[in-house]
Amino acid sequence: MRRFVKGNEAVAIGAIFAGCDAYFGYPITPASEIAHAVADHFPRLGKEFLQAECETGAINMIFGAAATGRLTMTASSGPGISLMQEGLSYMAGAQLPTVVVNIMRAGPGLGNIGPEQGDYAQAVKGGGHGNYHNIVLAPASVQEMCDLTMKAFELAFRYRNPAVVLADAFLGQMMEFLTLPEREAARPDTAAWAVQGDALTRGNMISSTNLQNDVQEAHNWDLQRKYASMDVEARAESYLVEDAEIVLTGYGTSARVARSAVDRLRGQGVRAGLFRPLTLFPFPVRELQEAGRSGRILVVELSNGQYRNDVLLHLDRGIPCQVELINRMGGNVMGVEDVMQKGMQMLEVGP
Amino acid sequence: MIKRATGFYDTFDRREKGTRATHYCPGCGHGIIHKLIAEAMAELGIQDRTVFVSPVGCAAFCFYYFDCGHIAGPHGRASALATGISRVLPDRVVISYQGDGDLGAIGFNNAFQAANRGDHFACFFVNNSLYAMTGGQMAPTTMLGQRTTTTPFGRDASKEGYPLLVCELLDRLQAPVYIERVSVADTKRINKARKAVRKALEIQKDGKGYAFVEFLSPCPTNWRMDPVAAARYTIEEMERTFPLGCFRDRSEQEAPSPNPVPQATIAELFGEGEGGEVAKVDPSFGERGFKFSGFGGQGVLSLGLVMARAAGHAGRFVSWLPSYGPEQRGGYASCSVVISGKEVGSPTVDRPDVLVAMSQPAAERYAGTVLPGGTVLYEASLPCPKVEEGVRLLAFPAMRIAAENGTPKAANTALLGAMSALGLHGLPEERVLEALDDSFSSKPHLVERNRKVYRAACDWARDNL
Repeated sequence: MRRFVKGNEAVAIGAIFAGCDAYFGYPITPASEIAHAVADHFPRLGKEFLQAECETGAINMIFGAAATGRLTMTASSGPGISLMQEGLSYMAGAQLPTVVVNIMRAGPGLGNIGPEQGDYAQAVKGGGHGNYHNIVLAPASVQEMCDLTMKAFELAFRYRNPAVVLADAFLGQMMEFLTLPEREAARPDTAAWAVQGDALTRGNMISSTNLQNDVQEAHNWDLQRKYASMDVEARAESYLVEDAEIVLTGYGTSARVARSAVDRLRGQGVRAGLFRPLTLFPFPVRELQEAGRSGRILVVELSNGQYRNDVLLHLDRGIPCQVELINRMGGNVMGVEDVMQKGMQMLEVGP
Repeated sequence: MIKRATGFYDTFDRREKGTRATHYCPGCGHGIIHKLIAEAMAELGIQDRTVFVSPVGCAAFCFYYFDCGHIAGPHGRASALATGISRVLPDRVVISYQGDGDLGAIGFNNAFQAANRGDHFACFFVNNSLYAMTGGQMAPTTMLGQRTTTTPFGRDASKEGYPLLVCELLDRLQAPVYIERVSVADTKRINKARKAVRKALEIQKDGKGYAFVEFLSPCPTNWRMDPVAAARYTIEEMERTFPLGCFRDRSEQEAPSPNPVPQATIAELFGEGEGGEVAKVDPSFGERGFKFSGFGGQGVLSLGLVMARAAGHAGRFVSWLPSYGPEQRGGYASCSVVISGKEVGSPTVDRPDVLVAMSQPAAERYAGTVLPGGTVLYEASLPCPKVEEGVRLLAFPAMRIAAENGTPKAANTALLGAMSALGLHGLPEERVLEALDDSFSSKPHLVERNRKVYRAACDWARDNL
């Protein structure tokens, strides 16, 4: 079954098919349509929606509800996501699953409501205090806004960890045809750790505190092992990479622009390809190395090189590869022609 | 013989294997308050139903002691956690235990809003007039003239304001069921406090709503007094600022029940869907970028939507991206539509193949961006916009045609007709008409009227453009 919907509504649909029980959120452009859809749909399905008094309240309501083992989520944008960071650190520490959708807008500060990807490092590197990671998924279409929201719930519960769906304003606001999921996801069993207010879980406790340094350190090592074990979940799309002499890379809206540039460069006889991560944490390192074999990577992003820095970090240093950046900020999106031109320049100069 | 406390773990193993000692200082009120709560939980038989939320502060380790389920969250947020828990576990007993810095300062809004919503939990608020865990700093409840580590000269109303009277503030709200301030400074007062704790938990057991109990509680360590002097100070000094008493008890009244919401299944919610088959790759259909622009209210966004839907129904790949937010509220409206025979890359249309302009600012803004070989279709009553060489300029009287055919508001439909007649969208006309009809599914009387405008516009465009 298909429906023509906004990316933001697709998030709500994905959450419903994932079996999400409760949404707590605070309005903010350009993410509000998620709350609108949830406010309409959830109560009719017997699920909980509550508009919180602030984002701090929202993330902590989620903390409480997630600690009962229920499927919880919120959605917001830059300023609101910043307010949630303390709660996310606690939830990562307490190993609680939840899904946070960030419809990124331009920053820093109030910035504006145009599309940007300036929250990359915040999402991918942790964002709050302490040695933790979020699982981070990066949809690039309305279909993926739904599918990766569902996937985020699956991974959040598999690893008992917060998962962030990192999208941008264009993905939230645009409409495309969505093929609805065929069935609801299976409910995760959480009785082993959740606090459900029943005899079965009466002995359980959810907390992120350990007063003894050694115990806290052991917990930190456990977390690092867990993050390392997530590598098997890394996903990417490699498009026309095999024979490429230059590979463009980006996620979300940047990847859409890059894909257009790849198609048009191919039309001009340039062997261009696209490497598009669907997971930003864990990072799809293997597919990146394949892209690196082209000798030229052009990073397309709507931020100040945050994503480029990760490409450089993960790229095998044994592979000779020139890495360049084309980026815009402030709510502006680069034109397809700008990306093509930059790619052509790289080819003229050579690696 | 002292009666052994009920409701606690036999030994406090989460603190230290086998210990029966708490982490509290001698003379601290927390131990007594803990005992009252544990005892009430045991007597009411609710330990299997209880979720206990700890604060950050001296009571951060409630989970060492109470024999029930535990959740410990960030500083100040216990009420927010309790809201979340009670919303997904509506038939359980939820307890939030918070200090005066935690609830009165950093977490006040969460606590206040939860009280105002009448969320179903018992909030136990321990007022010892300062931040104890962090070293005796001023709290919102610090009394005038009281010396703390951050008010070394005494709290000064002109600088730090007045002690926060939380019970009195919550008593202004409609939703709370029960609000009482008690003390644990002597036996007589402890007996009253015991009754208050029990009432607050009975209200939870019966699912009646929000209950709030404030405890005046001695802190000998940070007050730098011995326990006897601290108890006396609690009675003689604190009660002057924080009078004891029951502010509200509506526990005998029926709890208000929520308005029913009609229930549905997921299948019912999303209906039959729309748009037939998933798009298929068709290299023969070249990609086209469209920009629709005008003033808000002229229907440019819906014009783009009708065309995008038609494209989807015709098996094409399509994206629709609107202007949104302040730009929209400023009176401008525009949307970008990409129709393609393959997966759509960029949903932005910086260089449209077709621009449809219904206002002068829109025409001026976008006409110069149209690609050579492209088309500008603009409302004929506007001045002719400037374009690059090789761009086709078509003035089309959309407003006049809509008005002459009885539906002046349907100028956008007229433009759709013109686009069909000129072959600008490359879509089968029956798909376009279906999408047009669908867009009026909630106003069926407009279907035929819009079709009439569409047909007239087609005819005019064929004859004149």
